[in-house]
Amino acid sequence: MLLPTYRCLIGPTVFDRLVGVNAIGSKTIVMLILIGLIYKRVDMFVDIALAYAMLNFIAVLAASRYFQKQKGLYDKTGKRTPLI
Amino acid sequence: MMVTIMILLIFGLIFFAGGAIGIIRFPDFYSRLHPAGKLDTGGLVITMSAFALYTIQPFDLEAIITSIKIILIVVFVFITSPTAIHSIVDAGIRAGLEPWEKQEDK
Repeated sequence: MLLPTYRCLIGPTVFDRLVGVNAIGSKTIVMLILIGLIYKRVDMFVDIALAYAMLNFIAVLAASRYFQKQKGLYDKTGKRTPLI
Repeated sequence: MMVTIMILLIFGLIFFAGGAIGIIRFPDFYSRLHPAGKLDTGGLVITMSAFALYTIQPFDLEAIITSIKIILIVVFVFITSPTAIHSIVDAGIRAGLEPWEKQEDK
């Protein structure tokens, strides 16, 4: 769980952060079911995990749709200067 | 039954660990997508099937419904996770992110 967060903090471009968020999301789904198993009330946590899976998917879609219009990522002179 | 659950969980752990390390170690954004997309989805599928096997054990109706719901989550993530990764790649290419080439001078 910590490694994708590291990628979220350090990631040179916005899209690395998106990848980190997506990885964290899929790991939280599994963690939710684990917590459900611990509390012996799995059927409640299964619904929460399902809702979280949907939310994670829609959030990543919306974020990637929003960030694709960003032209200032790399200036075209070939110098790799990530502006974000 | 318990042995299969343990084996599945160990495999799921390996997949997740590989995915997490792959996200950090890979040089470029595009190459970082491979572990993030594949390994996380694969790890999730294996771990969830282990949970489904575990919850189905008492074999009463309520446990069967819960494990079916877990399988539903697996199917849902199986469909949505690649599409999410695809939309990230689409956004990356549209924003003008060049893939990384191996610099010979290094």
